[in-house]
Amino acid sequence: MTDKDQYKIRKEPFYQAQGKEIALYEAAYAARLPVMIKGPTGCGKSRFVEYMAWKLNKPLITVACNEDMTASDLVGRYILEANGTRWLDGPLTTAARIGAICYLDEIVEARQDTTVVIHPLTDHRRTLPLDKKGELIEAHADFQMVISYNPGYQSLLKDLKQSTKQRFTAFEFDYPDAQLETGIVAKETGTDEALAAKLVKIGATARNLKGHGLDEGISTRLLVYAATLIKGGVEPRDACRMALVRPITDDADIRDTLDHAIDATFA
Amino acid sequence: MSEAPTEYEHPLMKAYREQLGCGFPQVAEVFEDCMAEALSVLSREGIDAYLEYAHFLCKMGRGVEPVLIFLEEWPSIATTLGESALPAIADFIRKMWKSPNGRAIVPFLQSLAATSRRLHSQEQMQDYMDLALAFMERTTGSIHGIHTTFASPGLPEFFKQSPYLLNQVSIAGLKNWVEYGIRNYGDHPERQRDYFSLQSADSRAMLQKERHGTLLVDNERKLDLYLRGLWREDARFVPYSLKFDELRKPIPYYDKLGIRLPDVFDDRNGVAGIDRYRAVLAHIVGHRRWTTAIFADNYSPFQRMTIEFLEDSRVEYLAMRQYPGLRRIFMALHPAPAEDACDPEKESAVRHRLAMLSRAILDPNHTYKTPHIIEFAQRFHALMAQGESSTQAMAELAVAFGAKTRRQSDQLPKIHFKDTEVDYRDDNRQMWKFIEEGDEEEAFDQQRKIELEEITGLPPRHYAEWDYNSQTYRPDWVSVYEALHPKGNPAHIDQLLIKHAALAKRLKRMLDLLKPQDKVRIRYQEEGSELDLDVALRSLIDYKSGATPDPRINMSHKTSGRDIAVMLLLDLSESLNEKASGPGDASGQTILELSQEAVSLLAWAVDKLGDPFAIGGFHSNTRHDVRYLHIKGYSERWDDEVKGRLAAMEAAYSTRMGAAMRHAAHYLQAQKADKKLMLILTDGEPSDVDTKDERLLIEDARQAVKELDQQGIYTYCINLDPKADEYVADIFGKQYTVIDNIQRLPERLPQLFIALTK
Ligand SMILES: Nc1ncnc2c1ncn2[C@@H]1O[C@H](COP(=O)(O)OP(=O)(O)O)[C@@H](O)[C@H]1O
Ligand SMILES: [Mg+2]
Repeated sequence: MTDKDQYKIRKEPFYQAQGKEIALYEAAYAARLPVMIKGPTGCGKSRFVEYMAWKLNKPLITVACNEDMTASDLVGRYILEANGTRWLDGPLTTAARIGAICYLDEIVEARQDTTVVIHPLTDHRRTLPLDKKGELIEAHADFQMVISYNPGYQSLLKDLKQSTKQRFTAFEFDYPDAQLETGIVAKETGTDEALAAKLVKIGATARNLKGHGLDEGISTRLLVYAATLIKGGVEPRDACRMALVRPITDDADIRDTLDHAIDATFA
Repeated sequence: MSEAPTEYEHPLMKAYREQLGCGFPQVAEVFEDCMAEALSVLSREGIDAYLEYAHFLCKMGRGVEPVLIFLEEWPSIATTLGESALPAIADFIRKMWKSPNGRAIVPFLQSLAATSRRLHSQEQMQDYMDLALAFMERTTGSIHGIHTTFASPGLPEFFKQSPYLLNQVSIAGLKNWVEYGIRNYGDHPERQRDYFSLQSADSRAMLQKERHGTLLVDNERKLDLYLRGLWREDARFVPYSLKFDELRKPIPYYDKLGIRLPDVFDDRNGVAGIDRYRAVLAHIVGHRRWTTAIFADNYSPFQRMTIEFLEDSRVEYLAMRQYPGLRRIFMALHPAPAEDACDPEKESAVRHRLAMLSRAILDPNHTYKTPHIIEFAQRFHALMAQGESSTQAMAELAVAFGAKTRRQSDQLPKIHFKDTEVDYRDDNRQMWKFIEEGDEEEAFDQQRKIELEEITGLPPRHYAEWDYNSQTYRPDWVSVYEALHPKGNPAHIDQLLIKHAALAKRLKRMLDLLKPQDKVRIRYQEEGSELDLDVALRSLIDYKSGATPDPRINMSHKTSGRDIAVMLLLDLSESLNEKASGPGDASGQTILELSQEAVSLLAWAVDKLGDPFAIGGFHSNTRHDVRYLHIKGYSERWDDEVKGRLAAMEAAYSTRMGAAMRHAAHYLQAQKADKKLMLILTDGEPSDVDTKDERLLIEDARQAVKELDQQGIYTYCINLDPKADEYVADIFGKQYTVIDNIQRLPERLPQLFIALTK
């Protein structure tokens, strides 16, 4: 049997709540309801799940989804060995067996024929058929399914199927308000609040431009990166250009505007 | 001979009049005023030269105009260039006079004051005249071997345009521009005239090439992003040209129609042109945010000026609190008048004093010693230290400042202007209200004619509408009539496509990438239709050598899945007849025309891709009459029939969007495709004449989006309304784009479609 403890989160992750999400998640977990977390990239979805796993003291198995992933990558497969073949559980199977929270991060990145394998785990059956192995797994009582997805991609090909969506309770995350976000950046990186507030302000500038040439603004994650660079001795303007502006846009007008916002913010 | 005035005339003035010796009655009328000004700026010798030269102009046989203009303009020209500039100018005029170009003298003189203000020095003026002289020599009498008695066709036009030209380009640039005109149109009088009067396209294009500075038209999007990004504001920009107002330099301002800005800004003092625009915008945003208009009637003109200076300082102070980096820009642009620059005995020092105070407030390291300046700068900062302060508080501070610093000489007519103009500030017209002003804006009730036109075609379909107040549907509330769109000339659409041939070519390349390749091989499959030999061999080797082999040794084929049905729903309401707004749209096209181009391109593109595709248009005239106009059905080809309907596109009535979406959806619903996409192209929010509550139709459209989502239809809105941010997200969530620059719609619409479906 797999050692659960290797999947436990040992140290309390720093998580700044934005609302009632902690209590709501606990309630969903108590009923073992599947949870979907919607929100733009880098707004704290993964951090939240980590925090909840720690708080509930349950193992957490995270899978970062991608286009090349097959159902076997989730469920498991036979592998050849010198003296025959051996079955190897995939992460989803492991989670179901040991009673972990299974977190499929950025699920829309996976192909849709891949994601349907989670369906039987997300309704009252709570089972996972391993067709090739001829085994039907009953999920452990502690098992829970969590997915995250970013509805801001604006491509209908990267939208979840209705039949998948309808299986989850959902949280809608967004970037925190200025004050909370300042606190997050400061605590996460150990920079002072004044600097963090400036970074947050630049972040807000970009978010105001959403729909006018930017699909998504500057994420909390990028703000944390910028603060980290500054903390490491990089000149603030350079750090901002490198961590906040260049990654998100190739549009010259937007770049120029954000660069100006940086200069205007750091006198 | 001078005419004998009937009234008494001062003997000195009489002597001057005789010295002038010019008999035109028009001259007699203005002479005294001109002399008064001349006497205040010209030396004794200068006066003699002035009168002597005016005498010459009077007698040279070109009527009264030259002498009149000279008498009126010379004193001010002499102030700019120095009175010693006269001989060179007289010499140049004599050359024109001696040539067949006498007709150019008046335009030359007429523009001289303005050009000299622009050129500023005798040397530059000499360059300018040399340029004009060469121009004259090369274009006089050079027409196809005809005898050399022809005047230069372009020269008078050139002089008329010269103040404008010099505002746009340097002398060097002007020279290039002139050179181009002579080289290409030296032999064509008509075209030469067109070129030098800035009528022809290449003339303007050449000028543009030589132009300096940052042009508003090139940077509107940047400034729009600036307002949105940094200030969460939006506005229309209305450029004013320096061309039409040489004398009163226009000042930025804002009103209901938008923010007025100069069409070009040069870099200055280390501040780039674009940042000068941003400085103006930051200042204006400051007023919009923090200024509350106060009654002007309570204050004297000086007090008002003082209040304006202080209020300007206050809004900038607050703006810098948000963006400290603004200080560098303001400091570089704000004049720093020297403390002793103005002699308050000889000229009015009001502006000088206020500019110093304003500078002292802005610049923490100012060096002014005047106690009042220091005291009031401190009082200003003390007020700001407590919060945002207010326009009223500035007014009180201003009155106190006025009381302490007032002097008799403030009333002198000559005002010290140097270094007192802060050119990124607006004219403050929004700061004042007037007691006697009535409610000027009578609610303008636009009478909408609700004609019940003949309804032809299919029987209506009824749809429910969502009432957000009660959170219920009103069943069978809306009647939708569907009709075939009338037909126009399909060749019109073909012409539009030809017009955009270059764009179409670019799109074609993007489309090719999207096109389904017939068969794709999918490798690395555990189960598949064939063994993938490469991979199988590799696995076998791994296995033999004791490593874990990859079990995914099969491959399969599939036809790549592009299975998307598309519905394009067009808002055809009245507002589309408006001209596409925003500066830079010299084209004068309506939103409808631009939409037509965009839709044609999109239809062409989707046809190339082969996705099932339909187009419908809609407008409404109350809930009883929503029109759905069939333009293209899924089974129809992109042919002349369809193009004809597109060509006849017209706009009228209102926008009951929810009903139209539901109706369009029932067609899309019937399509057998994996993915269903409804694109909605609109220029405004849902509304109708019978619905007062603005939210109602917005909420209904939002509900329609939800219904469609349940049906597996992905809706996406392309919105052309600059104000769309206020409602579009309420309806469409994240599934929308606002196209700020409507001119680019024909390009953006197909690109958006491609991005959405790749
Ligand atoms: N609410 C929050 N509390 C603490 N840190 C946060 C929070 N939101 C964002 N962060 C920071 O932002 C980074 C990115 O968050 P993450 O959870 O990885 O984003 P997502 O999963 O939404 O893409 C985290 O590593 C953390 O530094
Ligand atoms: Mg102002």
